[in-house]
Amino acid sequence: MKKYRVPELDREIRIRRTKHEPSIIHKAKEVGVPTPIIYAVDVASATIIMEYVEGKRLKEIFDHVSSEKREKLCRCIGRLVGRLHKSGIIHGDLTTSNMILTPEGKIVFIDFGLSEQSFEAEDRGVDIHLMKRALLSTHFTHADESFEHIIKGYKEVMGEDEAEKVLCKVEEIEKRGRYVSKR
Amino acid sequence: MRDGYCLGIESTADDFGVGIVSFDGEVLVNINDTYTPEKGGIHPREAARHHARTAGKILAEAFKKSGISPKELSIIAFSQGPGLGPCLRTGATAARALASYLNLPLIGVNHCVAHIEIGKLINKAEDPVTLYVSGGNTIVAAYEAKRYRVFGETLDIAVGNCIDVFAREAGFKSEKGLPLGRIVEEKARKGERFIPLPYTVKGMDLSFSGLLTATINLLHKGKYRIEDLCFSFQETIFSMLTEVTERALAHTEKKEVLLTGGVGSNNRLKEMLRIMAEEHDAVFHSVPKEYALDNGAMIAWAGVLSYKHNLTIPVEKSFVKLKWRLDEVEVPWVGEEDAD
Repeated sequence: MKKYRVPELDREIRIRRTKHEPSIIHKAKEVGVPTPIIYAVDVASATIIMEYVEGKRLKEIFDHVSSEKREKLCRCIGRLVGRLHKSGIIHGDLTTSNMILTPEGKIVFIDFGLSEQSFEAEDRGVDIHLMKRALLSTHFTHADESFEHIIKGYKEVMGEDEAEKVLCKVEEIEKRGRYVSKR
Repeated sequence: MRDGYCLGIESTADDFGVGIVSFDGEVLVNINDTYTPEKGGIHPREAARHHARTAGKILAEAFKKSGISPKELSIIAFSQGPGLGPCLRTGATAARALASYLNLPLIGVNHCVAHIEIGKLINKAEDPVTLYVSGGNTIVAAYEAKRYRVFGETLDIAVGNCIDVFAREAGFKSEKGLPLGRIVEEKARKGERFIPLPYTVKGMDLSFSGLLTATINLLHKGKYRIEDLCFSFQETIFSMLTEVTERALAHTEKKEVLLTGGVGSNNRLKEMLRIMAEEHDAVFHSVPKEYALDNGAMIAWAGVLSYKHNLTIPVEKSFVKLKWRLDEVEVPWVGEEDAD
């Protein structure tokens, strides 16, 4: 519960996200994107009990691995995001805080609280834009090359044409922002 | 470094402000004059005309009030961007003239950096996550490796703009220079019923345009009390802002939250951020109005910090930068003492 929100709004948001998150997590698993196992859901109290995923948040290790390793991780992230998008899932918060690298080398996506279902290039574009922004703010030293590798992986799954459509949208979304020199 | 004084000129939008700050961070004077349009929003050319008209008067008053003579100044700073072109150019012209006439170094300051730095100075904050919310900006930023990185921002309109447009649609009139947001805040306090409105948070970014349209539609339907609409509108907007600030705080693991900008003077927003910060064992800082709104002192102080790192610019290269992003600026003075 967020004490800063009025109870009506807090309830509405939490219930919406609680109902939503487990089904999307399940769907993600079906299309080959590792996600935590859901044990129990209680909508009334807006609680989800799920598996504790062993491993390290990508945020912590991302800047400290070799560039070959980072390239591999990025390709993998790109493929996973591609699988989500291809099956109509928009994650909504693709930061490296929400990706866990397990000891077996699997990348597990967590926190689908802001996710939605859509096949629209616009929604996919926002998802990719947010990820790019997260890379720029947190992993600035490797942001550009990492983004490129992610897109390579993304294209492997989405196909060149679909991926390009999304990338065009990303550019359009960036131009909508304030204080963008490209505009 | 020897003692000195910096005069800062702010003119990114509707305010023409002048501040004089000593090198050790004492504000000697901080005055401004605001252009108030007869109706509608800021017309850039009209605002610039206002600035040109009042610049001489405000500068003279600043010298008089501070007891500092122009000869005692060491540097001149001005807001170089981001902002409205004609307004920026007017302030820049005044600054260039002063620097040339007095033969002093000139410093171009990023307006957003200045907001963060004055907030830190006034609050003695060290390393906060900053929420900067005004008529032109909606930014969640924090320092990482040489720059203030933008963790979240609006994907479309600024939050202050969103509130102002709604207020004008509702027919609220600004009295005695009272910002329209204050009227919305007063009405919201009398709200009782929460009306659901679009809540759009995307990662750490936000979007206000859909929310604005939906609220205006409900307004014109006339089905709801204006107090309830203001209440719901405010609650939705501020919950979104607090949520993204919370995300940035969790992501960066910082221990301070700083709220600044004109919208930051709203008491409900302050309350929400304070509650959120406490839940994360972080300290909440807000900025008094005279330093939270656009002002000259913040430009002067950022000028002092830049000057200590030799970031002066020659007059012939002091073009204004209308779209100068916060995260394009290196801030070498941050983290100097306790390099991390």
